[in-house]
Amino acid sequence: MSSLELRGITVRYGRFTAVENVDLLVPEGTVTGLVGGSGSGKSTLGKAVVGLAPTRSGRVLVDGADAAPRRGHSPVQLVFQNPYASLDPRMSVGASVAEALPDGVSGRRTPARERRAARDAEVARFLELVGIDPARAVLTPDALSGGQRQRVALARALAARPAVLIADEITSALDVSVQGAVLNLLRRLQRELGFAMLFISHNLAVVRYLCDQVAVMDGGHLVECGPTDRVLERPEHPTTRNLISCVPTLALAEEAS
Amino acid sequence: MATITLDSLGTRVRNPWIAFGLRRTWRLLASLAALVTAAFAMIHLIPGDPVRAALGTTADPALVAARRQSLGLDQSLPKQYGDFVVNLLHGRLGESIGAQMPVSGIISGRLPATLEIAVPAFVLILLIAVPVGMTAAVLTKDGRRRRGELAFTGVTGFLGAVPEFLLAVGLTAAFAVAWPLFPVASRGGPDSYVLPVLALTVVPAATLSRIVRVETLRVLGEDYMRTARAKRLPARLRYLRHALPNLLTSSLTLGGLLFSSLLAGTVLVENVFAWPGLGTTIVQAITEKDYPLVQGVVLVYGAAALLITFVVDVAVAVADPQSTVRGS
Amino acid sequence: MPHHDHDSSLRHRLGRTLRTPIGITALTACLLVALVAVLGPVLLGDRAARIDTDAINQGSSAAHLLGTDQLGRDIAARVVVATRLTLRLTLLAAVIGVGGGLLLGVAPAVVGRRLGRLITATVGVLVAFPGLLFLLFLATIFGVGSTGAVLAVGLAMVPPMARLVQNLTASVAGSDYVAAARILGVGRFKMVVRHLLPNIAEPSVLFATQATGGILVAFSGLSFLGLGVQPPQYDWGRLLNEQLNRIFVNPAAALAPGAAVVLTGLMFGLAGEVLAQAGGRRAPQAPEPARGQQPNPSEEPATDGDGVLVRACDLRVTFPGGRQAVRGISLDIARGEAVGLVGESGSGKSLSALALADLVPHPGRVTAGTLRFDGHDLRDDPRLGTELAMVFQDPMASLNPALRVGRQLAEVAEVHLGASRAQGAARAVDRLRAVRIPAPERRARQRPHEYSGGMRQRAVIAMGLMGEPKLIIADEPTTALDVAVQEQVLDLLAEVREDSGAALLLISHDLAVVAQVCDRVLVMYAGRIVEDLPVTALLGGAAHPYTRALVGAVPTMTTDPGTELATIPGRPPEPGETGGGCPFAPRCERARERCHRTAPELSDFGPDRQVACWFPVGTAAAGGSVAATSYAAEATS
Repeated sequence: MSSLELRGITVRYGRFTAVENVDLLVPEGTVTGLVGGSGSGKSTLGKAVVGLAPTRSGRVLVDGADAAPRRGHSPVQLVFQNPYASLDPRMSVGASVAEALPDGVSGRRTPARERRAARDAEVARFLELVGIDPARAVLTPDALSGGQRQRVALARALAARPAVLIADEITSALDVSVQGAVLNLLRRLQRELGFAMLFISHNLAVVRYLCDQVAVMDGGHLVECGPTDRVLERPEHPTTRNLISCVPTLALAEEAS
Repeated sequence: MATITLDSLGTRVRNPWIAFGLRRTWRLLASLAALVTAAFAMIHLIPGDPVRAALGTTADPALVAARRQSLGLDQSLPKQYGDFVVNLLHGRLGESIGAQMPVSGIISGRLPATLEIAVPAFVLILLIAVPVGMTAAVLTKDGRRRRGELAFTGVTGFLGAVPEFLLAVGLTAAFAVAWPLFPVASRGGPDSYVLPVLALTVVPAATLSRIVRVETLRVLGEDYMRTARAKRLPARLRYLRHALPNLLTSSLTLGGLLFSSLLAGTVLVENVFAWPGLGTTIVQAITEKDYPLVQGVVLVYGAAALLITFVVDVAVAVADPQSTVRGS
Repeated sequence: MPHHDHDSSLRHRLGRTLRTPIGITALTACLLVALVAVLGPVLLGDRAARIDTDAINQGSSAAHLLGTDQLGRDIAARVVVATRLTLRLTLLAAVIGVGGGLLLGVAPAVVGRRLGRLITATVGVLVAFPGLLFLLFLATIFGVGSTGAVLAVGLAMVPPMARLVQNLTASVAGSDYVAAARILGVGRFKMVVRHLLPNIAEPSVLFATQATGGILVAFSGLSFLGLGVQPPQYDWGRLLNEQLNRIFVNPAAALAPGAAVVLTGLMFGLAGEVLAQAGGRRAPQAPEPARGQQPNPSEEPATDGDGVLVRACDLRVTFPGGRQAVRGISLDIARGEAVGLVGESGSGKSLSALALADLVPHPGRVTAGTLRFDGHDLRDDPRLGTELAMVFQDPMASLNPALRVGRQLAEVAEVHLGASRAQGAARAVDRLRAVRIPAPERRARQRPHEYSGGMRQRAVIAMGLMGEPKLIIADEPTTALDVAVQEQVLDLLAEVREDSGAALLLISHDLAVVAQVCDRVLVMYAGRIVEDLPVTALLGGAAHPYTRALVGAVPTMTTDPGTELATIPGRPPEPGETGGGCPFAPRCERARERCHRTAPELSDFGPDRQVACWFPVGTAAAGGSVAATSYAAEATS
């Protein structure tokens, strides 16, 4: 069980401040939803946590310690929005997952053949974990559907044994029927493996379904944060209220009838 | 391709137009500075003694020393560079070793002949390539007329692959020797311009018309062309009003380099037709190791190329402000 | 292990491409040129060097095919022998150019930030100069002769090659998969070897091959100018230089080396083309088997009835090869009605909408028993320009970036309503005001990039209001927009509909969006409408298992977080994969033997509802009596 803590994160692109002084705690083994309109800075914050955005100031703490990558191996992993862009088209999906495995799974002194066998077994294990037939490890991503690719991307992130997972709009590029399966999988894995998760989404219904806590961003600021039920039922900030009022729901149809 | 300074310059200014202007002018100035420095450095990069090389190994040592002095080669490097830049700003390009004449005088005497074939070629390329490329695209869009498409890409591909000077040779063989319609070489009456201009036009026109066709096909596939169809606009309006401006900007961006290389193409073509322009001058100067003259012509060609790309960039920016805002 | 699979497939593709006519030509040409280069000097070397003072400057004859030069040497032999030197120098220069370009191109990704920027900026300045100028500059420095020319030509190729590699590298380096590898802690060197090089290899090889053709030409040009190869050595350019002044006397002698340059240059271009095809960028197109599956439109009822605005019967959209993306749908839209069309990507919903707007893109062919708009056949009906409004998914892409927004609106009035320029402009401003765009006079003079996303979509809607629309077709109008903006655009659509009395066909993958705006929902699956139901029945009342699964798969603000979301196993069939049975049967847990055998037709299921299912939800499991009306379909299939 791990926790993620952000302290005073500020991200600037040139003169433009995308994220300003954000403090956020994702408690051990829980899921925090990060919501906001486009341009609110939620994706940038996610990128900043893994070092992909130019962070001006602030600290990222995992289990209370600085999350600077140790020997290149980061305790925080990120799954991207677009599964068609996040896997190397020239690499077999097995190789993509293998790249994430920490070095020395079976020690340096073991023969190369055994080491390779051990790696392959690990890759197979992670592919199976996300519901991909390990026999497909030799395929390149173009042979897989969007949902399958997103599962592979998830397997790659998990293979790095992250303490914290950041999911950046991971279902918004997927079809409705696939979305549900990926969300189910993510929820199951999070409960089984116990990592903390920052779930970035514009879809409040999905966040409500998946998250223990919700953080709302607007214009680069964190404007509200609290337990999911409380935030969605008794929103305090106008941005949150506005977001909630804009959610089109099937329930409307029922009320109308 | 912006350096650190360019970026900070661009982002410090709020108005995108001023930012673009500053950024682009700065880049032009930086490139010009690089050009001037390269031209200056050239004479020092030549292995051995350039004056000795120019005058021959048997030249009188006193003459060599005198020439070194007149070229300023006996001074310290920074001093030479300073003098070079100052002289340049006053339009003084030094004296030709071979002709014993001011380089600026030779250039101003030869430049008109080059422009007289380069400018008409430039205009002709645009007049030919845009309509031809567009028509080809409209006729072959969505995989219609496969054979026509093959013929177009085949012919333009072949023409694009023929180097200008070989085309010039071929044109001479055909229209001056086998079928003597035009003079073989040298500048004379209007008919002497036909073959050189044609030799300069055909290759870039073929290449540009290919670019225009591909760009037209891309534009025709854009969503806004579907919108134009949804508005049930007649074909004429769809192609001329909606497609043309969009494909012109992108074609010009891609074709910009083509125009500056047109200038270089004059070097070879002039040599085929013994045209008394800058191209024959520079080749002669290189063979005769007349370095001040080479320097001068390189500066003129380089500056012209930079100016052409600058003008094309500005034209594209005016026609397509979106790309300006995005930052070039 | 990682790249093995891909390599074998590339080899496979290369083999296949080499068997096409262009591949055979390229391969033959390469072998031929190589053969001449190797054997030429061995067989004809003596003949090319033999000086014959009795046969100086002769024209072509039986003894000397292309005549002789000023020393009486055989020109034909010299052209053949020159192949080796020409190619050797060309390839040498290419190695310098490609190697240098690759190094400088990849360097910014490997070295530090400062140095990387410096390299990029330097290359940027260098490419601004024409290659030939660069070449002459270098030739001056290196001096006249082969070595100098090789260096000059090779180095002159470095900037453009470096620029290309830099651009490719930058686009790969900016991709999500490189970002993912960076998060995983993959080192710089491994990043270059594993991710960068394999992904820039194909375009780089293509460019290098074609640039080698350019090098050949440039080198010949230098030699032609007398700056390259010096006598007694000779390459094609040198031969051309020697023979040009005799073009009056013996044109063949001047043309032959030129032809050699052009043909060899074309060979490099062709080889590049073959590599590009093998790389899959321009895959050779296998002719698609034409299946003689002609849709057989059934005859239509003559009149539409008063309330019907759009009537389509047995509408099909067919692509070459007989693939049907829309497989015979029938629908009516009443005047003023709001109909939602939902389905997953590939279900054919967008193409159905485009067919109703007569906008299906070229290779697609529309056939229908009936396809009427307001009582007339809608195909090629110019009235659609004013009576049908289209709203597309991406408002940025659907407005012309080069034209002012006002102009784009005004032209509808000018073309269809005979308005003058001034009248058109005035109406455009009026319509922009109607969709509540602030300061419409000023906004009309702006171009689309100056608008925000939501405002662009308003402008597109305003464009549809230039005429008097009877139907608005909106294809995923809010998918590209923010949640808050989505709400505004949906409200605007509802408002416009109220004011103008237009009907609305809203295509969306989002059931909630449809539920908010529409009265009736059509659900599409694999090119067919599988259910037609009032929007009020969507939540809980759907009869088709697919509709129910779609509703259950999306969490709503009332979904119990304790339950699993419904999922649909498998994937939708591709067009052409549908067999005789119900296309949803392989993924349906209610499917029985009959479902796999025969496809159900869309048939009545209570008032105002239709469903295409043998065993709809909400009937006795064994019954299926509601759908029993379509036994006829079973008999015919």
